[in-house]
Amino acid sequence: MSFLHRHPRLRLAALLSAPMLWLVVAYLGALAVLLVSAFWAVNGFTGEVVREFTLQNFRTIVTEEVYRNVTLRSLGVAVAVTVICVLLALPMAFYMAKVASPRARGWLVIAILTPLWASYLVKAYAWRVLLANDGPLDSLIGTPGYGLVAVVIVLSYLWLPYMILPIYAGLERLPDSMLEASADLGARAGRTFRGVVLPILVPSIFAGSIFTFSLSLGDYITVQIVGGKTQLIGNLVYANVGAANNLPFAAAIACIPVLIMVIYLTAVRRSGALEEL
Amino acid sequence: MTLSPSARWALRAVMALGLFFIYVPLLLVLVNSFNGDRTFGWPPHDFTTRWWTAAWNNGGARDALWTSVKAGLGATAIALVLGTMIAFAVQRYKFFGRDTVSLLVVLPIALPGIVTGIALDSAWRSVIAPLGLGKGLFSVVVGHATFCVVTVYNNVLARLRRSGVSFEEASADLGASPGQTFRYITFPMIRSALLAGGLLAFALSFDEIIVTTFTAGPGIQTLPIWIFNNLFRPNQAPVVNVVAAVLIVLSVLPVWLAQRVAGPEAGASRT
Repeated sequence: MSFLHRHPRLRLAALLSAPMLWLVVAYLGALAVLLVSAFWAVNGFTGEVVREFTLQNFRTIVTEEVYRNVTLRSLGVAVAVTVICVLLALPMAFYMAKVASPRARGWLVIAILTPLWASYLVKAYAWRVLLANDGPLDSLIGTPGYGLVAVVIVLSYLWLPYMILPIYAGLERLPDSMLEASADLGARAGRTFRGVVLPILVPSIFAGSIFTFSLSLGDYITVQIVGGKTQLIGNLVYANVGAANNLPFAAAIACIPVLIMVIYLTAVRRSGALEEL
Repeated sequence: MTLSPSARWALRAVMALGLFFIYVPLLLVLVNSFNGDRTFGWPPHDFTTRWWTAAWNNGGARDALWTSVKAGLGATAIALVLGTMIAFAVQRYKFFGRDTVSLLVVLPIALPGIVTGIALDSAWRSVIAPLGLGKGLFSVVVGHATFCVVTVYNNVLARLRRSGVSFEEASADLGASPGQTFRYITFPMIRSALLAGGLLAFALSFDEIIVTTFTAGPGIQTLPIWIFNNLFRPNQAPVVNVVAAVLIVLSVLPVWLAQRVAGPEAGASRT
């Protein structure tokens, strides 16, 4: 113990070795295997994986229209979900942090947090019941039925708390005196919001959007539950691992969301969004 | 910011609508678990508790629950150890690649679950399975631990940032051995952060379905997998409804616990 005490570098190595072994070897290693296998192929007759370098998988993805459509549809869903979540989360978080009384604030935080713990699957299932033809929603205002619209609604529902919480945390750190200063300088509420609140919230919004974006991009369960015949990237990957038993091709498709997320993470990283997670 | 009364009312209305949007589907599941009609005609005509009895006696659901608990406990234990170690390394030392380490911890939840899932699946098939260790409950634990590390890491890191090192230095100055300092100073200091992080890790694992789908060995069924497998079977719908209702009721528990343990801000981040 005292030997370690005198050698901080050794202590650091001892602290980091096990976690790094896990994250680098197990996790990054697995991702590397996945990436490599995207360049393999499957023998059409035996179904065995052929471990020879080929670009065929990527060629198929780029040239065949269906993959471009699915990618664009998935991106569209992710963007729509993120925008809906931001639009709902901003006023809600603002009310919680700056308008509600401190007592009510505590309860509101709990009210937002609790459904986060309720099972993902249960919530998607609840919407399946809600959106069903002849279901509760149908008898009141009508239902869009199972399909793309339902997927966007349910995904927004599922990820909304992930957006509210970072924005709320960002607003809590924003001192009231800044809002008062802005008002004293003659800015009306709308101007203060655009000029003071929104710029400060940018990292929080990006932090929330990492979740809404990434979670929407990889989802295939909700799509199966309320999506009807809709297909997103996740469904293609799932179908190729399972029914088609073509892991190399699934790996190649899976590179699409990874690429999108890496681009997205690098883009928002500079705003300090990662510290807000 | 001075808000006009109408702006206040507008905000209040959005808040109320938002909460309505969040809670109505959950309430619907609760009500439906008592719906006497097998096909869940709406509005319900009569109420019954017989689905609750049926669910209680459903062996598949019970086994799945038990599997989920085991997987959650295993993943949480690993996440507690690894997450704490990384948090200490990142907070207490300066070293090359520190930012990369913290990015690496976030990566498993920043990347879509299906990517983590098939990556672990293909790595297991091509590297570990040939060694004679097939997929089973253990591979589920490995998969879950990978993305649970971040919850413990974030909680412990935040605690270490706030508490500083002066107490530990004082303890060392007063002649305590490093072991004693850890036992009497450091550990009590981070205990509630560990609890909050561990709770989050368990909940994350308990709820996970995508990574589980790809890492579970044959015959291993966690509760989410069981629900999903039975979701499209009309026969099972009443029991699925009850299990869903139970999970909704249970979700109050961790929030309540986290609030008790670590104050009102605990559990404010699920990451």
